[in-house]
Amino acid sequence: MDTQDHNLKEPLEQEGLTVTQGVTTAVPEPPILEPEDDDVVPQQARAKRHVPEWFEVIWSNRKARVGLILLLFFILVAIFANVLAPYSPTDISFGPSQMPDSQHWLGTTQAGQDVFSQLIYGTRTSLIVGALGGGLATIIALVIGMVAGYMGGIVDEILSFFINLGLVVPALPLMVTVAAYSPVKGPTIIILVIGLTGWAWGARFKRSQVLTLRVRDYITSAQFAGDGTLRIVFREILPNMLSLTVLSYISAAIGAIGAEAGLEFLGVGDPSTISWGMMLYWANNGGAMITGQWAWLVAPGLALAAITSCLMLINFGVDALSNPQLREE
Amino acid sequence: MRYFIRRFLFFLLTLWTAVTLNFIIPRLEPGDPAEDIVRRLAGQNKPIDPAQLHAIRLMLGIPGGNIFQQYIDYLNLLFHGQFGVSYTYFPYPVTTLIGQSIMWTVGLVLTTNIIGFIAGNLLGAFAAWKRNSIFDSFVSVGLSFVGTLPYMWIALVLLFIFAFQLQLLPMGGGFSETSTRQMSWGYTLDIMQHALLPALSILITGPIGWIMGMRNNMVQTLREDYTRLAIAKGLKPWKVALLYSARNAILPNVTGFAMSLGGIMGGVVLVESIFNYPGMGRLFFEAVGNRDYPLMQTILLFTIVGMLLANLLADFVVGLLDPRVRKGKN
Repeated sequence: MDTQDHNLKEPLEQEGLTVTQGVTTAVPEPPILEPEDDDVVPQQARAKRHVPEWFEVIWSNRKARVGLILLLFFILVAIFANVLAPYSPTDISFGPSQMPDSQHWLGTTQAGQDVFSQLIYGTRTSLIVGALGGGLATIIALVIGMVAGYMGGIVDEILSFFINLGLVVPALPLMVTVAAYSPVKGPTIIILVIGLTGWAWGARFKRSQVLTLRVRDYITSAQFAGDGTLRIVFREILPNMLSLTVLSYISAAIGAIGAEAGLEFLGVGDPSTISWGMMLYWANNGGAMITGQWAWLVAPGLALAAITSCLMLINFGVDALSNPQLREE
Repeated sequence: MRYFIRRFLFFLLTLWTAVTLNFIIPRLEPGDPAEDIVRRLAGQNKPIDPAQLHAIRLMLGIPGGNIFQQYIDYLNLLFHGQFGVSYTYFPYPVTTLIGQSIMWTVGLVLTTNIIGFIAGNLLGAFAAWKRNSIFDSFVSVGLSFVGTLPYMWIALVLLFIFAFQLQLLPMGGGFSETSTRQMSWGYTLDIMQHALLPALSILITGPIGWIMGMRNNMVQTLREDYTRLAIAKGLKPWKVALLYSARNAILPNVTGFAMSLGGIMGGVVLVESIFNYPGMGRLFFEAVGNRDYPLMQTILLFTIVGMLLANLLADFVVGLLDPRVRKGKN
């Protein structure tokens, strides 16, 4: 371990340089995790107990810091949407299909709604769908994947069977089918459909991760020491999969946000929902292509990309959490 | 060997369950297709004539009897390759419709995804090998932003710019209406022109997942002892990179590729809807919209069987590449 750290120092310093030039500009180097001497780190971390250590590790990663700030920005926009939006997103009293001007920064829809106000309100839908849909999928994936991977034998056979089943049923067509026929429309049913159909991928990844972890020496020694199955799974294996779990939660949230947009774009959502996917649907079906309203078409996609990349940036920091080799300090 | 036999038995069992699920899922959905057709013929608010309803049912061959009888009939028909008649495109059998569309989808989507997979893994391996280079920074920061752009949005923007604004490429479809549809250079060129935008919208984001996955895995495997040993032995750098590090780093991507075929079918529905491409994705979407049970079921079944085969293949490939998995089963 010690030799590895010494080997790492040079490239890591290089990485620090390139990233400073590339992404963030005026963020000063945090003094906490500057490991010229390895012994200093735990002392200072102990002194700063009021800030959780995991947060420090994530925060010390520049990419993740940008991601966290962006996420905070999106959350604030979602909370204060009614204050920030210049008009009501459902107000149809403006002229239809206007190009962007000083009154309507992104123009108006073919029904005469303000596109910019819809964009702001749409943040709410995406954040909620991402948090809940991704959460549901991750919980199911974690339980099934870990149990299958560790238990092996007949339990693994049965659970893998369900994982494979979940994998081979094509997700989006299945979601389209269920959502299209559901008597209730709107984000709630979409969250449920995403959560219940989107877990198989994560479960398979976690299963294969456990499969390679459980033959490691420290697991064998824990088994010889007489530790129970639950203790081994949660105390020995789970900490090694923590980043993978948080990573897959954030990935599942990204997937959920994308799936919601896709479903609504295909027209199986509630047409009165204010969301970025529905905006794309109306832009595509409301003649934005023919009238040349680029802003109406471009804005929701960039918003979706921004929220997705902010989550991915956070993932870089989470990766560093359980894998010290990826830390940037 | 035991590992491979088990995987194959597993494949058969999953196949049976998938076939059965495919029987159950459409029957859980509310709504009666025969009633729909009568309504469409007669107008929304007219009362439905029971005799007409019965006639339509007989005409479509909508299965009767109790659920077990229906299941036996369904299996029997599957074994004989009888997938039924489409409700929307009556009287064409669904196999004819799928036969017309499957090559479009396979040609477009499978080709682009295989290109994307190979290119993505090579680029990812290169980024990891040249870690902290400008190329690597571009991959880990720049590409990850491009990868977040929604799939259908890229397709829409490409369509908006190249078909509507610049009018360089066709607005949709798989071929020109005026084309002869005979094998010729002109027809091939026409197909290429129509496939360019859909292919581009898949290839812009498609490889990014593989690049990132490969890069991150290989950053790990480059630190493993066997890689150091290979370097210490004085092997050529490309040998170390490809035969030692990349060989282990590619494992998650191989299983990932088989799994991603499920996502690809989702992408097919989106991209084919946007470009009005005459493939299975658009056919499926039409089938769902029209409650065309036989068509919907058959497309789902074809997709499921295709993906089962891909997963079986991935299990075999991982078994060949990774002795730990193969021997762990014995």
